Amino acid sequence: MTLTIHDLRKESGSYLPGSAACPGCGATLAFRIASRVLGPNTVYVVPASCFSVIQSPFPKSAISAPLYNIAFPAAAATASGVYRAYKMLGRDVNVVVWAGDGGTVDIGIQALSGAAERGEDIIYVCYDNEAYMNTGIQRSGATPFRAWTKTTPTGKREMPKDMPMIVAAHRVPYVATASVGYPFDLANKFEKAKKIKGFRYIHIFSTCPPGWNSPVSKTAEVAKLAVDTYFWPLYEIENGKLRITVKPRKRPLKEFLELQDRFRGLSDEEIEELEKIVMEKWNFLLHLEKSERVF
Amino acid sequence: MAVEGTWEIITGNQAAAIAAKLARVKVVPAYPITPQTTIVEYIASFIESGHMDAEYIRVESEHSAMAAAIGASAAGVRAFTATASQGLLLMSEVLHWAAGSRLPIGMAVVNRAVGPPWNIHVDHQDAMSQRDTGWLQVYISSNQEVLDTILMMYKVAEHPDVLLPFMVCLDGFVLSHTYMPVNIPRQEDVDEFLPEYSPPHWKLDPENPITFGNLALPEEYQEMRWSMDLSMRRALDLIEDVAEEFFQKFGRYHGGVTWKYKVEDADYVVVTAGTMASEAEVAVDELREEGMRVGLLKVRAFRPFPHRDVAEVLQDRKGVIIIDRSIAFSSGGPIGIEVRSSLYNISGSPPVVNYVTGLGGRDVTYEDIVEMTKDGIGRITSDRLRRPYYWYKLKPEYEKIELSEEVRL
Repeated sequence: MTLTIHDLRKESGSYLPGSAACPGCGATLAFRIASRVLGPNTVYVVPASCFSVIQSPFPKSAISAPLYNIAFPAAAATASGVYRAYKMLGRDVNVVVWAGDGGTVDIGIQALSGAAERGEDIIYVCYDNEAYMNTGIQRSGATPFRAWTKTTPTGKREMPKDMPMIVAAHRVPYVATASVGYPFDLANKFEKAKKIKGFRYIHIFSTCPPGWNSPVSKTAEVAKLAVDTYFWPLYEIENGKLRITVKPRKRPLKEFLELQDRFRGLSDEEIEELEKIVMEKWNFLLHLEKSERVF
Repeated sequence: MAVEGTWEIITGNQAAAIAAKLARVKVVPAYPITPQTTIVEYIASFIESGHMDAEYIRVESEHSAMAAAIGASAAGVRAFTATASQGLLLMSEVLHWAAGSRLPIGMAVVNRAVGPPWNIHVDHQDAMSQRDTGWLQVYISSNQEVLDTILMMYKVAEHPDVLLPFMVCLDGFVLSHTYMPVNIPRQEDVDEFLPEYSPPHWKLDPENPITFGNLALPEEYQEMRWSMDLSMRRALDLIEDVAEEFFQKFGRYHGGVTWKYKVEDADYVVVTAGTMASEAEVAVDELREEGMRVGLLKVRAFRPFPHRDVAEVLQDRKGVIIIDRSIAFSSGGPIGIEVRSSLYNISGSPPVVNYVTGLGGRDVTYEDIVEMTKDGIGRITSDRLRRPYYWYKLKPEYEKIELSEEVRL
């Protein structure tokens, strides 16, 4: 399937108009594209997250796919149960976890790790807005170094967990990062994941205008700049082989940081420190890409 | 009504595993915990040896075990798991989720004390503390009853008027690891009694997409909880009906929501649950030989609680002796609390003595039950009922503190 921008514009996948999402929500943009690629033969499992609210209150739903909401730490295990039941029933359905970063890198990591280790035939998606946005902007294990949140009012002092690499260490067949700023790259990764059997993991950088205080109209631009400044590199690890899927010409990190308030007040030295961290990661990825296999 | 099937000498845990096989459950997510472990070991061997057609998920925690059972049940198949003690407590969040989703999941709970300190022996605290999760709870007195009740409870839980998950609670080690003769019904008879599960309400199905469990605002939520409560109450009659149907088909009856033994002419009635009820039958015979007219009311269903039956049996008696194997701190035994609630607004409500004993596996024999009953009758007849509950079988030095005036209630 070759997607064009017109395809993405005219079809919303399983996402209906009139949801309870905030304006400029990156997660809904990601869902539009992903669910369009995954198609109607897909079941979603959603742990506590913005997405449990985005669906809109009962008895309405903004999602036209079968979707089951589950408690915060349980998504990957619940999806395992759904998949195994379909296996017993002889049905071939895409079973997809659609989780936020808190439900993935923090409270959900145990169930995620278990499902990955068992090789459950599910696609686990983390839409990452880099904090607990549903409860009102508290730091998560995915919050970037130096970022402001309501529980890190002077900036986070720890590095975020490298979740895609943690999942890759489970030797699953497919791990990818994506960004709502690169919709075709994102769509292609879902296309690929859909065809692979076993545990697949896609980690999507997902702009959050209320949480980051970034302009509502610049969701895509912020997410694109994250990639172009090497803050959020786009790569995939297929059967142990890493490939950087988008290699943009590097732009100054400052351009990305300036579009949001959560990095406001960083000194030039601090920005330089961040820039250094970003480049180290990028060079490490280049190194991994050149090496025969990651695992 | 001839008893068909085969006889085997097996443990309570084997009985539970065989029941899951006979019920043709399709997904079994499992995490080991003593004294439950052998249930999921037996099931693993049934599946791997080709004697059972089910998916086995070796999950990484009890929280995930219940979550996976929820996913499987939501996708439309019969699911089963087993747990105990800390494992049940770790599940607590998802126990609520299973019941709120109206998923008729089956679970064997092998009752065990909770920590600290670590203790692997029988105690009902684990299940009793999950009393308000919306799960049906039945307490068991024999290995045969374990097997039969799991089959019966699937039928109750999957009934369109109920649609709630169930726990079949068996006493750790006293049943789980103790061998007894058990009749194993024929698969074809079980299939007739318990047809394949087909969700009457909703399931996760791309052919008919619905979303389940998103936000419900205050205008909606309360009625959803009411409907769970209504279903729980409807289960009372259904448990009786299914027990009768089971009796007609298999020739065995363990009671419905309660089991009554020599209560017709009893002046005093002992109320208890689990294996203490088996001991209590012996105690009742002993006491009757001594000339005391004592009967036994075994509480099988703790959720739903059989308030009407309890009131009917107990009203106008000279007294009631309730023996609990768990403690609601500062309030007594959970069964004691419920029984009082059954009796409070009826005329002829008798005096009640509630004993808390047998915790952490402390042995409770029929002799202990004889002693408690006599002590209870003594308190009732001499008007020495100062407290809503009493500890029994404390070590003497602790007993002294318990009985001193400085311990207020």
